[in-house]
Amino acid sequence: MKELPLEVEVKANQKFKVSNLAKTRKRSDYFWAYLMITPLMLGLVIFYLWPIIQTFYFSFTEWGAFGQYEWTGLDNYKRMLEDTNLLKSFKNTAIYIIFTVPIGIFLSILIAVLLNQNIKGKSVYRTLYFLPVITMPAAIAMVWKWLYNSDYGLLNYLLSLIGIKGPQWVSDPKIALYSIIVVAIWSGIGYNMVIFLSGLQGIPKTYYEAAEMDGAGPIRVFFKITLPLLSPVIFFVSIMSLIGAFQVFDLIFMMIGKSSTALENTQSIVYLFYQHAFVLNDKGYAAAIAVLLLAVILIITAIQMVLQKKWVHYD
Amino acid sequence: MERSKQLLNNKTFLIHFVLIVGSVAMVLPFLWMILTSLKTYAESIHVPPVIIPEDFQWGNYKEVFGLLPFFEFMYNTFIVTILRTAGQLFLCSLAAYAFARIEFPGRNILFMLALSVLMVPGQVFLLPQYMIMVKLGWLNTLQAVIVPGLFSAFGTFLLRQFFMGLPKELEEAARLDGCNHFQIYWKIMLPLAKPGLVALGIFTTLWSWNELMWPMIVNSSPESMTLSVGLSSLQGQYLTNYPILMAGSFLAILPMLILFIILQKQFIEGIAVTGGK
Repeated sequence: MKELPLEVEVKANQKFKVSNLAKTRKRSDYFWAYLMITPLMLGLVIFYLWPIIQTFYFSFTEWGAFGQYEWTGLDNYKRMLEDTNLLKSFKNTAIYIIFTVPIGIFLSILIAVLLNQNIKGKSVYRTLYFLPVITMPAAIAMVWKWLYNSDYGLLNYLLSLIGIKGPQWVSDPKIALYSIIVVAIWSGIGYNMVIFLSGLQGIPKTYYEAAEMDGAGPIRVFFKITLPLLSPVIFFVSIMSLIGAFQVFDLIFMMIGKSSTALENTQSIVYLFYQHAFVLNDKGYAAAIAVLLLAVILIITAIQMVLQKKWVHYD
Repeated sequence: MERSKQLLNNKTFLIHFVLIVGSVAMVLPFLWMILTSLKTYAESIHVPPVIIPEDFQWGNYKEVFGLLPFFEFMYNTFIVTILRTAGQLFLCSLAAYAFARIEFPGRNILFMLALSVLMVPGQVFLLPQYMIMVKLGWLNTLQAVIVPGLFSAFGTFLLRQFFMGLPKELEEAARLDGCNHFQIYWKIMLPLAKPGLVALGIFTTLWSWNELMWPMIVNSSPESMTLSVGLSSLQGQYLTNYPILMAGSFLAILPMLILFIILQKQFIEGIAVTGGK
């Protein structure tokens, strides 16, 4: 047997010690890590992750009056194909999205760009535009309903001053959805404006200085510098706005009465979900609507992810 | 020189003009809410409209409290908001610290699992959450409104980003001094992540205060109702008495308005942080 040199033996010993220490340290790391994530993970599993699976399961069931349910396979999904109400709610939601998202983004970029100039009173403006963001949607809906009131509302009075007889903003089925869209845009500008403003402040000043040296006008600067450099933020905001708009509920619920003639032309997908789940006790079908909503949102987000390569500039 | 100055002035004028028009559109509904809340019923339906009420009808506010247990709604909403925000900040930061600063088996998989919640619209959770509340016998209680909101994938993600940005040396020093991970988290990391905590705190506060659908689903008794739901029931009962409805609305938004005026900078930065990530 070859004797190990003393040096090596000592080293091996040390190494052993160190690795032992590392082991206990690692073990304590694991212990603390699991301890620290357990409360959150338990909550997420019970209230969020498991419910996803359950909702999928419920979408294949039909519910009775006392909370009992039975497996009915694809019945709910087949029923969807013939449900004109669902189709209508998809159409309403689509109109809502098509107007609120682009117009909302356009207006909030406009305000953010103006507020990013060297002008007085910036923080006052910023505060005023932000007011609707902190306001409860239920209260927003209430005051707008009052402004929209066809007999005594401020809006129709102002219109009457210029000789126009204002319509029934929230009860005319042809107009009600657009009235809601205006409120949604109004209440969302401040939120997106703040995000765009912080994006604008991240654009290095040197770009603008260089453009100025080249004699580029403000509009050229906006399209050649600001817009491309802001495009990652625009992309982010458009995804978040789209997902948010898909789930519109509060405004419609508060502004359109349950028996309003305009309900059919304003109810969104989530409104229909709420109706089936908690008013009609048709929970299996409601679950199927929720699954459909999930699928549509995932597909549209995926499409946006693919399309972004065409227009979003990353440095 | 003269001309370019003139041009600059024109430009500034135009900017202010657009911003002021927008501001008026932003503020007018709030102004109209307050003015209407101080009118008599007759004044509110007068044509042409009465702009400034002759006598301020403070009694409308008193009437709101008489018609509905508005104090209780406010108290409930305060409790829900405070507990949800505090609980979420604690649970999310605790987990976020572990995800950001400790290496352990399964870390990535577990984090991905938490993140997957972010991709799913809220309605997908609602039915099973409701049934959990039924099973626990929690319908019409405040804990039903509070508990699901204590756990947030979004908050964990946001705070993890903050913890990851902090320098490694800090905790190495603390570990040599014999601190365990909880002590490092509590004494060193938490104070450093303050901007993130403030941002998440504001976001959660606003959300809890303003939320409508979940509290409405689990809570229909006045004793445990929150303000949003209270407002919708006020609307159901006093459909056309707009001075009363406006007084109720203004009362419901007032606490957030005051908080916003005090913490303006934090609110706006908080939204920029939570939205921009």
